[in-house]
Amino acid sequence: MDFQLTDDQRALKAGMRELLERRFPRSRLRAAVDGEAERGAEVDRELWRELGAAGLFALRVPESAGGVGLGLPEAVLAFEEAGRALLPGPLAATELTAHLSAAGRLADGDAAAGSLVAGAVRGETVVTALDQGGALVEHLASADAVLALGATAVEVIPAGAVARSAESIRSVDPATPLHRPAPYRTAPHGAAPQREAPQRGAPHGAAPQREAPQRGAPHGTAPTRVAPQRTAVAGTGASGEATTGVAASGPAARLRREAALLTAAQQLGSASRTVELAVEHAKRRTQFGRPIGAFQAVQHLCAGMLVRAESARSVVYAAAVTEEPGDIAAAKLLADEAAVRNARDCLQVHGGMGFTWESDVHLHLKRAWVRAGQWQCAAEAEEELAAGLLSTVGACL
Amino acid sequence: MDLAFTEDEEDFRHRLRAWLADALPKLPDPPHPADWPGRRAYDCGWQRMLHDAGYAGLHWPEDAGGRGVTPTQHLIFLEETERAGAPYVGAGFVGLLHAGPTIAAEGTPEQRARWLPPILRGDEVWCQGFSEPDAGSDLASLRTRAVRDGDAYVISGSKIWTSHAEIADWCELLVRTAPLNADTPKHRGITWLAMPMDAPGVTVRPLRTLAGTAEFAEVFLDEVRVPVTNRVGAENDGWRVTMVTLSFERGTAFVGEVVACRRVLEALARTAKAGGRWDDAVLRRRLGRLAAECAALWRLTQWNVSEAQRTGGVPGVGGSVFKLRFSQVRQELYEAAAEVLGPDALDAGQEWVADRLSSLSYTIAAGTSQIQRNIVAERILGLPKGR
Repeated sequence: MDFQLTDDQRALKAGMRELLERRFPRSRLRAAVDGEAERGAEVDRELWRELGAAGLFALRVPESAGGVGLGLPEAVLAFEEAGRALLPGPLAATELTAHLSAAGRLADGDAAAGSLVAGAVRGETVVTALDQGGALVEHLASADAVLALGATAVEVIPAGAVARSAESIRSVDPATPLHRPAPYRTAPHGAAPQREAPQRGAPHGAAPQREAPQRGAPHGTAPTRVAPQRTAVAGTGASGEATTGVAASGPAARLRREAALLTAAQQLGSASRTVELAVEHAKRRTQFGRPIGAFQAVQHLCAGMLVRAESARSVVYAAAVTEEPGDIAAAKLLADEAAVRNARDCLQVHGGMGFTWESDVHLHLKRAWVRAGQWQCAAEAEEELAAGLLSTVGACL
Repeated sequence: MDLAFTEDEEDFRHRLRAWLADALPKLPDPPHPADWPGRRAYDCGWQRMLHDAGYAGLHWPEDAGGRGVTPTQHLIFLEETERAGAPYVGAGFVGLLHAGPTIAAEGTPEQRARWLPPILRGDEVWCQGFSEPDAGSDLASLRTRAVRDGDAYVISGSKIWTSHAEIADWCELLVRTAPLNADTPKHRGITWLAMPMDAPGVTVRPLRTLAGTAEFAEVFLDEVRVPVTNRVGAENDGWRVTMVTLSFERGTAFVGEVVACRRVLEALARTAKAGGRWDDAVLRRRLGRLAAECAALWRLTQWNVSEAQRTGGVPGVGGSVFKLRFSQVRQELYEAAAEVLGPDALDAGQEWVADRLSSLSYTIAAGTSQIQRNIVAERILGLPKGR
């Protein structure tokens, strides 16, 4: 057992940090949030391609398919750095699509749909995600394609099809535009998950032909879907309540877990970064004749932040190694908490400056809120972990 | 990032499991918690069994009579013994984890030969005389005086929070051999001594904790004579000598406790399920969250052990971070237990109620959470010295 990072893993993490410092410096982030709201929040295609060329979306893709040939731990380390830099964009969905596509797990659709996903590996395609759980869709206007997850099935559909029926909202995070997909506005809680996926305009009782969202498949583009590995909808999450209708296995479940983990990795990066920001400020800012970091009240806030970040790190890294659903639920839960609460404490340490737009602290907090609502949210993670307590008596921690 | 065990490690685990399966049924019934002589006999008997099977002093260096196993093997040992329900180190704690390693690192060959083998065999029990009524978190301000008189030190003062004092043969004692004054740092002038507990002038008074049991004692010292040959390290160098013990801490200090946390949590879930409380989503989610916390403690442990294995010594960041999280989670666990128990949470005869009371010491003992946060802030985050 050697849980520490290998030299190669350290080098990959350092390389990613260096690339982001060079290509996505703070000035770029600030330009995105300080400029015009509409323009600034668009995914920077050039940067996206550059990240693709650097292998961000191809880390798990086999070398034979033009990828880097590494695993989930490496993807997690890279995503941690992306979270640290507050890199905007639908990173997880694009990575997942690239991985699916290269693994041949997307069945052959028509040529147009195939070309939608083929570019994901190289960062030529921006893919966002639509989960049936009701989460908002990020960066929809910039996206070429949407990775749509039903209860068990997965498909990739053109972004335009989703965009036409989705409603743009004024996102709390200035760097993450959000859309509310239509079906979730109207479906009562608990009703929607009974169906496989959002069915726009399908009359009640009409059996869906396909499992994932159909937006009338415009332009004759058939969705590219995951090769049929149909698994009966188990319909049981942790308690049988909170996650009704979402299968615990099957391609969609697996993608959800990977997305949750890659999102947790970004939360971890943000949580670690806000510790640094708080400590830097506490050393620099002087009141009552000494740095505020010399006061225990401030020191103890900072210490608590480090504890949260390091606890989250240990489970996020472990989940990347084991890929166990329970580990991933713990990782998402603790990383969400670390990111949100560390950003809150960082804001507090910054005092009045923390409340300004000019400070970066609010960007970490708002992004952490966005990510906490994506994929496995706290209630789902806690229910899954609770169920694990009853089913894994005497099992490994 | 590799959580898989090597063939050697798996082999170690399997041999240990086989031995535990054979050895544990041979143990006598555990003594009543208030029966101190019985507890000593039980704990020492278990240590003797470990010794005879080659499992004594696993983490001690080989030249000190230990086995010199890797931190990972030590982790496996602690995990497996806890899972198998083996006895806790108990009365052997100070000897095996503090005094022994200190003597192994800093003692003369004669001192090592005199004191180490009886610790490993379970023949002699040690206690710790560090804290004083006026020197708790600020340990270096301790005042128990030792004055040189010929070939002995004459010691007067008092110690507190001394576990196992009633049944100990020896006490690892920190005394002041140079007066406290403004000119010299207070951690200079401290000396480490091995004091026989049966020496004239030693009085032990048990301290009753809020749990109602006498887990600690006060030790009063009235002109106790301790031979100079019982001094480990140089006079006035006792602070450094004591800190050396820390280099034996390899991230494994709470392995058994973390395994136990998970076991308690699973039992809580089963109890809640059986009693109909599982339908309460608030309680269910609370237990789910604690499962994540337990997972984090386990992974942090593996992280720290791996770090110690690489550096061969002190887990830098890990110790205080782990301790802070662990002590908090342990207390939250028993708060949740009280909710599961409902009205029975007021029945002090319930195991979880007793454990709930004991858990209140976790954020105080072995460095309060406030001291741990100071350490994290100053030594890890590099913030200025606190006020």
